[in-house]
Amino acid sequence: MTTSAIAVAGLRKAYGDKTVLDGVDLEVAQGSIFALLGPNGAGKTTTVNVLTTLIKADGGTALVAGHDVATQAKSVRAAIGVTGQFAAVDDLLTGEENLQLMADLHHLRAAEAKRVVASLLERFDLTESARKMASTYSGGMRRKLDLAMTLVTKPRIIFLDEPTTGLDPRSRRTMWDIVRELVADGVTVFLTTQYLEEADQLADRIAVLDHGRLVAEGTPDELKRQVPGSHVRLRFADAAALDAAARVLNGSTADDAALTLRVPSDGGVKSVRALLGRLDEYSIDVAEFSVHTPDLDDVFLALTGHASTEAIAS
Amino acid sequence: MSTITAAPSTSTTAPLADSRTMVRRNFRHILRNPVTIFNGALMPVVIMLLFVYVLGGAFNVGEHYIQYATPGMVLLAITYGLSGTAVSVNSDMTKGIINRFKVMNVSRGAVLTGHVVATMLSTSIAVAVIIGMAFALGFRSPATPLEWLAAIGIILATAFAAAWLTVALGMAAKTPESAGMATVPLILLPFLSSAIVPAAKMGQGFRQFAQYQPFTPIIESVRGLLAGTPSGGYAAAALAWCAGIALVGYLWSRATFSQRA
Repeated sequence: MTTSAIAVAGLRKAYGDKTVLDGVDLEVAQGSIFALLGPNGAGKTTTVNVLTTLIKADGGTALVAGHDVATQAKSVRAAIGVTGQFAAVDDLLTGEENLQLMADLHHLRAAEAKRVVASLLERFDLTESARKMASTYSGGMRRKLDLAMTLVTKPRIIFLDEPTTGLDPRSRRTMWDIVRELVADGVTVFLTTQYLEEADQLADRIAVLDHGRLVAEGTPDELKRQVPGSHVRLRFADAAALDAAARVLNGSTADDAALTLRVPSDGGVKSVRALLGRLDEYSIDVAEFSVHTPDLDDVFLALTGHASTEAIAS
Repeated sequence: MSTITAAPSTSTTAPLADSRTMVRRNFRHILRNPVTIFNGALMPVVIMLLFVYVLGGAFNVGEHYIQYATPGMVLLAITYGLSGTAVSVNSDMTKGIINRFKVMNVSRGAVLTGHVVATMLSTSIAVAVIIGMAFALGFRSPATPLEWLAAIGIILATAFAAAWLTVALGMAAKTPESAGMATVPLILLPFLSSAIVPAAKMGQGFRQFAQYQPFTPIIESVRGLLAGTPSGGYAAAALAWCAGIALVGYLWSRATFSQRA
């Protein structure tokens, strides 16, 4: 019937009189990366905690891997892997022992466990530090170990709660590459982030969460197109063509020095086709054509009425 | 519905196997934390030497002091190691690893059982060291093997009760630091019992307290068994205290465990 890895409808959660989730609906396709984007306090971690069976929602339904998180928690847990916001590694165990601990708790047979542990250490570039205690690891290494521990049982759905918060740019890129590899293997990734760039870089679909409500949902490009201010930029070979185009395209602004024309447009296929058709009609040649959409920071501002940084600070 | 299926090995829980894994993990923690080893095994030895050679000569207990003090020292060996357990339980709860266990199909009881059993293991080692030291310092016991077994039974029951109470204290504390502090009363209690000197020799108030607190019947029953003069009354009181404390600790731990995180 459905091939959704995660299907959520009308999810609600309140702590006392503080509403944290206010009717969240979302759907994540198998094998895709889904990013839940929002500032601190938006309800991202609460959503992850409900979907991973850590807390119970007050209302609504959530199916993960086809199982209801409220009534089939065990089946859900068997299908998922979770890497929380704070690296949950055992500091007093070595990297290798941490992975072995996961293998033991998953009741892997000794030979299988040994193979899995060795291959994960290798894959995450931790072989050299395998015998060192996790307390000596850097932030980036801890996150890698944390994720490796999550992967011991090869979960089909992986939740990553702010996987790169607090990491330096290089470790962040490494983490991004790892996430992309996971999806290449067919895994579904549900990640939360407060970094717009991260969602843009990784996600197939993004949902924007603000004060417990989804204020937008779509592909990164769809989201960017919802924001006023996107435009089409046309460059021409000479001033005559530029002038001709400026006359036929209403509301456009010309830059004579650069020989470019800026035309307001939502960037969608229909409006671009109409625009190009009009230029064709007047036989105006275009040297270069590009659609400019605002970045996700603009999106956030337009959708929520406040800047993401503002919300983070509050 | 979905085509996603779970790996069969993880969809069932195995409390015994999980507990064994957790015991191994927690015992490793104890071995790798020098403070725990010092508190658990060395501190009682130091205190024993201090009391037997420095202070004990001044106490008039009616027999050689080592004969009197050994059961008390065994109790100290149990209580001194507890702060390490409380800190370790609390770190599990506050540093996120508990959530990792909770989103896996790990038997819920295994996390707590792991701490209790690992604590009892390390306590047993400390107790064995102290009893060995006592013999080296001249302690002699006319107890029969059966009396020895009974004494060891009471010691283990005490360790069991103290471990559950400590797990509960560690779980209820807000931070690892306050968890360590929470066990201090437990560490002080033996000093206010007949462990070091007979309760009858204490001042007003302390004497009554010492007579009615749990460690006195525990120590007196062990002392009686090792001296070859067992007292059924003390033993019954000791076991009743242990059962009560263990039950409170167990219920409190379980309640806090399901409540937090």
